[in-house]
Amino acid sequence: MRVTIFNYGAGNLFSIQAALRKEGAKPSVTKTGSGMKEADALILPGVGSFDQAANSLPMEEIREVIRSGKPTLGICLGLQLFFGGSEEGRAKGLSLLKGRVRRLPPSVKVPQIGWNTLNVERENELVSGLDKEPWVYYVNSYYPETDGKWVVATSDYGVRFPCLVAEKNFYGTQFHPEKSGATGRTILQNFLKAAKK
Amino acid sequence: MKGGRVVKGVKFEGLRDAGDPVELARRYRDEGADELVFLDITASLEKRATLRVLVRKVAENLDIPFTVGGGIRTMSDARLVLCSGADKVAVNTAAIQDPRLVTRLSEVFGSQCVVVAIDARLQGASYEVQSHAATRRTGLEVVSWAKRVEELGAGELLVTSVDRDGTKAGYDTKLLASVTSAVNIPVIASGGAGTLEHFLQALRDARCDAALAASLFHYRELTVGEVKDYLSANGVTVRP
Repeated sequence: MRVTIFNYGAGNLFSIQAALRKEGAKPSVTKTGSGMKEADALILPGVGSFDQAANSLPMEEIREVIRSGKPTLGICLGLQLFFGGSEEGRAKGLSLLKGRVRRLPPSVKVPQIGWNTLNVERENELVSGLDKEPWVYYVNSYYPETDGKWVVATSDYGVRFPCLVAEKNFYGTQFHPEKSGATGRTILQNFLKAAKK
Repeated sequence: MKGGRVVKGVKFEGLRDAGDPVELARRYRDEGADELVFLDITASLEKRATLRVLVRKVAENLDIPFTVGGGIRTMSDARLVLCSGADKVAVNTAAIQDPRLVTRLSEVFGSQCVVVAIDARLQGASYEVQSHAATRRTGLEVVSWAKRVEELGAGELLVTSVDRDGTKAGYDTKLLASVTSAVNIPVIASGGAGTLEHFLQALRDARCDAALAASLFHYRELTVGEVKDYLSANGVTVRP
């Protein structure tokens, strides 16, 4: 399975590639979006800031490809790009989901850096086979504020926020599955399985 | 780490070999470690190349977060480590020599990537920041330095008591509590872990967000799982 990963920031894209390779997928990294139409799945990773990502990505083309049914996983910032905008910046997101991206409240340490539990709110193929109380790893200052049938799971950190969304062919996690041990591995496997269908 | 091996000493001296970093990393992951910290103290020209290979190997084998520090002096050092699969970089001496490095790192990579390591030694009635692997004094007082680097953009602090390092006499809870009450970023306790109670003291009494131990785990005196079971039984929420 060919998986195209978008590169729009400075940082660790190595771990997600290593995690995908472990599952037998063939990841490739692109800045311009070349190869995304031929890929079996897309990943918008969680590295960088909202504006930097939205301004450097071919947003129109990505929206079209996702709308046409390409299986896509947004991780952290990648999930936030599914929305129209963010308190982190001024750029326009992909506007694929209703809602907006907000900063974590001042009552907690920001960024959230560490493990947190995940509450499954709704049945979905991405959360099948998880532990009863799954733990996932976060590095985030912002979270999606959204309400709808696409909210599959939530976490609590100063506020209860959606941390896993699923809508038709696209999925997003506010946490980092590639850093979330066995739980993260199951979620990535579930995504690749769903993308194969 | 030194020369590609894990080493550990007492009060930063008398280093003993403790094994292969990748093997140890896997063992700790399987025992339930939440995060690993690699501090490379190799001082040689080949360091950059060997570090890149090592970080990649660790990243390929590890699905939990890890931090790499030791000799990170420039933006390109940090980029090398982060692009090879590390989640965070820890800076120490370079931040003391040029505090703007902390700001530049956090602007480019995000503050969540930037750990400032502070080596503290008791001097009279106050704690002084040490540099160059705790071989030099800096004249900086620990709490004011901690606040300063928080303002500069540090996302996390790794506070090591040089006096307690490797002694198993317990974390310096006075030092740690003074830092956690002064900053609003996560603080990792380091230096002195020797018993299960010590972990509880760091997390509950000194209000640290994480506790680091090296000797104890390297020499199999305790496992990560034993520490977590104890903490859980004592009311600290931990990932099983």
